[in-house]
Parts: sequence; structure tokens; C-alpha cells
Amino acid sequence: MGSTSGHPNGGLGRRDLIKRSAALGLVTLPATGFLSACAGGGGGAGGPKVEKGEVTKANPLGVNETAALEVVIFDGGFGQQYAIDAEKKYNAAFPEAPEVTHRATQKIQSELQPRFNGGTPPDLIDNSGAEQMDMGVLVGKKQLADLTPLLDAPSIDDPGRKVRDTLRPGIVEMGQFDGAPVWILYYAYTVYGVWYSRTALDRLDAQYPETWDEMLALCEKAKRQGIAGWTYAGKHPYYLPFSLYPFIAKIGGREVLESIDNLEPNAWKHPAVKAAFEAYYELQRKGYVLRGTPGLDHIQSQTAWTKGRALFIPNGSWVENEAAGTMPKDFDLTVSAPSGLDASDRMPFGTLWASGGEPFIVPAKARNVEGGMEQLRIMLGEESSRNFTRQVKSLTAFDGGTDGIGLTPGLRSGVAALERAGENVVNPRLQDWYVKLQKEQIGVAGLGEMMAGRLTPTEAVSRIQGFADRAAQDPSVRKYKHR
Amino acid sequence: MQHGKYRFIAGFLAAPLGLYALFVVWPFVQSIYYSFTDWTGLSPDFSVVGLDNYARLWDDDVFWTSLRHSLLFALLLPVLTIGLALFFAFMINVGGRPRRGAAVSGVRGSSFYKVAYFFPQVLSIAIVALLFQFAYNPESGAINSGLRAIGLGGVQPLWLGDPDLALWCVMAVLVWSTVGFFVVLFSAGMASIPRDFYEAALLDGAGRITTFFRITLPLLRDTIQSGWVYMGILALGAESFAVVQIMTTGPGGPDYSTTVLVLYVYQSAFRDGAAAYATTIGVALLVVTLAFAAVVMRLGRRERLEY
Repeated sequence: MGSTSGHPNGGLGRRDLIKRSAALGLVTLPATGFLSACAGGGGGAGGPKVEKGEVTKANPLGVNETAALEVVIFDGGFGQQYAIDAEKKYNAAFPEAPEVTHRATQKIQSELQPRFNGGTPPDLIDNSGAEQMDMGVLVGKKQLADLTPLLDAPSIDDPGRKVRDTLRPGIVEMGQFDGAPVWILYYAYTVYGVWYSRTALDRLDAQYPETWDEMLALCEKAKRQGIAGWTYAGKHPYYLPFSLYPFIAKIGGREVLESIDNLEPNAWKHPAVKAAFEAYYELQRKGYVLRGTPGLDHIQSQTAWTKGRALFIPNGSWVENEAAGTMPKDFDLTVSAPSGLDASDRMPFGTLWASGGEPFIVPAKARNVEGGMEQLRIMLGEESSRNFTRQVKSLTAFDGGTDGIGLTPGLRSGVAALERAGENVVNPRLQDWYVKLQKEQIGVAGLGEMMAGRLTPTEAVSRIQGFADRAAQDPSVRKYKHR
Repeated sequence: MQHGKYRFIAGFLAAPLGLYALFVVWPFVQSIYYSFTDWTGLSPDFSVVGLDNYARLWDDDVFWTSLRHSLLFALLLPVLTIGLALFFAFMINVGGRPRRGAAVSGVRGSSFYKVAYFFPQVLSIAIVALLFQFAYNPESGAINSGLRAIGLGGVQPLWLGDPDLALWCVMAVLVWSTVGFFVVLFSAGMASIPRDFYEAALLDGAGRITTFFRITLPLLRDTIQSGWVYMGILALGAESFAVVQIMTTGPGGPDYSTTVLVLYVYQSAFRDGAAAYATTIGVALLVVTLAFAAVVMRLGRRERLEY
């Protein structure tokens, strides 16, 4: 064998050199190198803004008719076709402009963060999905354009009405963060709640239970037939709040949720929270939750549910599109507001969480800010909105546009649930104000542990209160309040 | 002709050194600088905040948890992987029964094993992680289904959903996917150990175990040491990130049971909009990695062996 160990002369051996440089290189790459590489631009001026076009009746935002437009869409549960269709309308409205540059991705943050940082963001972004950019940080760092001109522009269908007046209630407020400017336009309108198959309930000869006693009785009945009552996205337990938060509001009134959102001291110690936690914990304790659920992700749990192994799942209205592949034809998908606890509840049955989804933003440093807003104006028109609803079975922020299209079962039940809820729609804001607190701390480390049976409700409450207190005291987290 | 020699050497060194400084040294300097700022990563404006990020790091429970997990990875994974790989490589190359014509040979079918062990190496770690994620599915995954099939329906662990098991599940995947590389590496090392050593040992009546500990292991020492450092860095860096990010709850859970430093860097930078804090964690990771490499190098120091 030849000498493998380099040179006897004591110098730095070839292998040592390779080892050391390999060590350095390997650390650099994943850990720090790529991060700082993207800060390199410093205050990169970005591309110059395009000049504003002439404001006319047909062009109320003053879009430059020859400027390029770049749109980035989150390619998730809703796909991208609806956006492509709306971009065609933009092309038709501004024939002199180059074709709209369209890109769909699931990696919103990894693709766009460097561009924000370098000052060259695209003109319109659907900032959604697991890699959503933190909106609080974007607003705090003045990276977003104020969409007020868009809201005050006439709607594309009716020059007599402002865009703002065509939107569903709550959409404008959701786009604000302390103060008048509107930074975000939520395009989809999501109904959250307890989703089930009406066929499955029929087979059990049951109605959707309106009180918790009825819920437990139904779960017991299902259990005897080998069907679990509930399943949920065990690996993403922040789906549980979709039915748990309105349940809390129903028991204790909407002020409970507002004080939670406001990070008030002891907000989680309200008796309504404890009561709701105990009710859910009982599902676990009595074996009404599908076995193995804490190890399932959202798709796996939805599949178990569409296959009829569990009756109920907390989810949002995107589930109809997302689970379409495994959902049997006669599933008769239905959403219901959460069951209440008992007759002493403060809010009536029907209290529902519904709010904007798919947040669209126009970056402040975009080259064609007016173009980005105009594209949104087109999307908020009746025709595009209807197209979205037809394609992806979800409502949009545009109030209406569901007449005359054959509504799918889930969508129809969503509309009915909204009608039934009337004024009793709640809109907890933790998930857009404090992403980490909601998803990782309350969701995974609190609710997830409790529903896996590893924390009692009392322990879960005090743990979650601890997380909320820490967030409230953390100066690096920007705070928001309900007004 | 001595004059101009240094200029000549410097001329050759300038370009590579410049590249090295630009692409290796400079990012380090930058990262360390950013760890003293409040940069968000979403905007180019930031200001210097001194040691704030380090103070925050000190009080951050999640940081300490992920540090503990990363250290566990760095210490345990090399032991497991290299131990297994050594065993496999020895069996493939010299562990077989003596056969006619060859004093030293591997077990029957060794060339097949070599390919089989190396096979996971061909798959990207992301695919491996996805495959095992399905296997670990407690409801319909291969492992629990297998348990049911052999009549162990009562034993249905949650695997990745159980904070006591999740970390070990992740480690097992990493061992599975990297052991093949080291089998090949050590096979190459063993192939270059002179055959007469083994023949002599055989004539002296040494068994397999003695041969391994008296001949193979000492002569492979350098290779093992390199492998050790390599595996440790892999365990601290990219590979552990990929499996934890793809496979586990949250990710990093349940209940922070699998968070590792690299994942925490990623989450701080790309979820929480706290890029400066992420570089601070990155600096901590750098220190850990360098310390690991230094310790292994120091422990492995000894007289050079010539043969």
C-alpha cells in the first residue's frame, strides 16, 4: 500500500488541508453563507419606478399602459389558473404593455425574500402558504404599498360603486394594521369550521350535534361501529383552532377571543377557554379521535377522513378543492359551525369563523405599483370572482358572484353557514398577527400536545398563557390590537 | 535564478486566494457582522444593536433545546454510522470464510451487498425523508402495518408524532441513508491494506475479530477520522436540516423534540423575519462545528504510520 497519510516532513498534509477546507465549506453553506449573501446589496435602489399613466375613466388608477407587470402566485390549494385567466384580462385592457409575467411557486418566501431585500420585488404577490412572508415585518419595514387608492377606485363592473363597497364585511379591516392604510387584500373568503360528510352522518342516522353532549353521544355511536369521531392535522395542530376558537367565542363571547388577540394578561385563563379545552380533551380521553392522528399531516388526516374512518375534521373551505382527489362522489361535503357546550353559551349556535384568505400584496418598491393594483381590481370584478369560485370551489372577497353557477356541496354549505351565522362571524387574528405564536407555540406545543394526551387542559392553558406572555413582552414582536 | 520566485508564487496564489476570500471568508465576516444588527431579511434597512441578539439567544429555551439535539446528532450519528459501516465493510471485504484461491475474501454475495448498501446514497435526502415519512405514518404507514401484519396490532407507536421517539426516528433515517457511503469509503481503505498482512494473521491462527481489531482498524485510522469529521458536520448541517424539516411535526416537533440548530436558523430567517437573529444562531452553530472538528482532530493525533 502506498502512503496514505501524506508527508512525513510535518507540513500541512494534503488530507488535512482537504479536511479543513471541507469543514469550513460545509459549515458556511447551510448556516450562514447564503443568508448574508442576500444582504449584500445593502440599500439596493432597485429598478426605477415606471411613470404613472394618465388617469381616465377606463384607467382610474393611472396605470402606465406600456409598462410590464409581474405577478407571483402561491401555487397551493387554489392552483394558479384563476390568476392566469385574470392576467389575460389585463393584457386585453392594456394591449400596448408587454404580456404579464406570471410565476407560480410554493416557495414564496425563499424566492421573494431576496428580492424584497434587494429592492426589486414583483408588482403583485399572493403571499400565502407555509412559506408566507411575515406581514407584520413587511408592514413594519414599510415594504408594502397602501392599497387605499384601489379601494377608492370604481369597481370594474359598475363605475358608480367603489371597490371597497363591493367587498365582504371584514376584508378591508383585515388588511389594516393599526391605522388607516390598507396593506393587504385578502382575495379568498374562507369559511372555517367542522367539516363532515352528510352521507356518513345519514348512515349513522344522525344530525350534526348542536351541543357537546350530543357530540359525545354521536362519537360514542360511531365508535361502536369502528368509526372515529374526529381526526385533525396532527402534525399541524394549528388546524384545531378553526373549530376551537369559534367554540370558545360561543361559550364566552367574542371578547374572549379579542383579549387573546390583544395578548392581554391571563386572557387564556378565561373559564370559556378552559371549558372548550376540556371538551376537546374529552374527545381524546374517550378514544373518539382517530388512532394515530398526532402523527398524520393535513393531507393524510384528510384522506383518512374522506375514506370514512373519522366523521369530523376542523378545516377551512379550501379542503373541498384540496381533498377532491380522494373524496367519494356521494360524500356530500358539509361544513358546520362548531357545536356549543350547553344552554348557557353566550353566543347562539351558528357562531362561525370566516375571514379573508390568500393575502395579496403590492410591494412599495415594485416598479409598477399601479399595475399591481389594477390587476387586483380586475380580479375583484364579478367575472373573475365567479371564475375563481367556479374553478376552486371557494368564495372570494367580492360580495356576490355566486348566482347562476352550480355550487358544489361544500361551497353551498359554506354559504348557508354564513347566512345562518349572520352577525355572529368571529375573526381571530392570531394567525396573521403572530404567526410563530399561533402555529408553533399554541398550535404544536400547546394544543397538539394536549390532543395527543400528553398535557392536561390545565397544563395546556398555563403553557399557552406562558407563550402569549412571552410574546407580549418580546420587544422584537410588533403588537396589534382590535379596535 | 532565485529572484522573482516569490512574485511567481504569489502570482499563482493570488487568484485562488482572492476567490477564497470572496466566497468563503467574506460571508463569514458578513454573517458575524449581521448578528450585531436588527436586520429582518425583508428589507435592506437595519441598524446595529450590539449584543442584543446574543442576550436573546442566551434566554431562548428553543435555542438550548436545538443545541442539545444538534450535539446529540454530532456525537451519536458518527458512532452509529461509522460503527455499522466498519462492520459491513469488514464483512464485505475480509470477513468471509477463507476460500480456495483467495486467502482473504468477503462474505458470499458481497458485491451485491456493496451495491445494496450504497443504493440510498443515490437518492436525494429529500426523497429519502419523504419515503420514510410515509413509512412512519402511524395510521397507514409501512411500519405500523407491518406490526399489525405480524400480530402486534396492540403496538402502534406514533413514531414521528411522539416526542420521545421522533428524534430517534429521524436519526435512524440519517444512518440508513449515509451508512452506504462509508461502507464504500472503508472498502476502498481496506482494499489498499496489503493482503500479506491478512495472510500472515491467518497463518498465525487469528480469527475474524482479532484480525479486525489488530490489523484493519489501526490501518484504517486516518480514513475513519476523516469520515468522523465529515459525518459530524453532516449531522450538524444540511442533512439533519432536510430530514427534520421534511419529516417532523411542526416542523421541529412535536413539542420541539426534534428542532436542531440549522432548522432554527432557517425558521428565524424565513418564517419569523428575523434574519439577524438567524445569523446569531448561525454563529453559534459555527462555533459548535469548529469545536467538534477540533476535538476530533486532536483526539486522533498520533504518530504517522508508514508501511
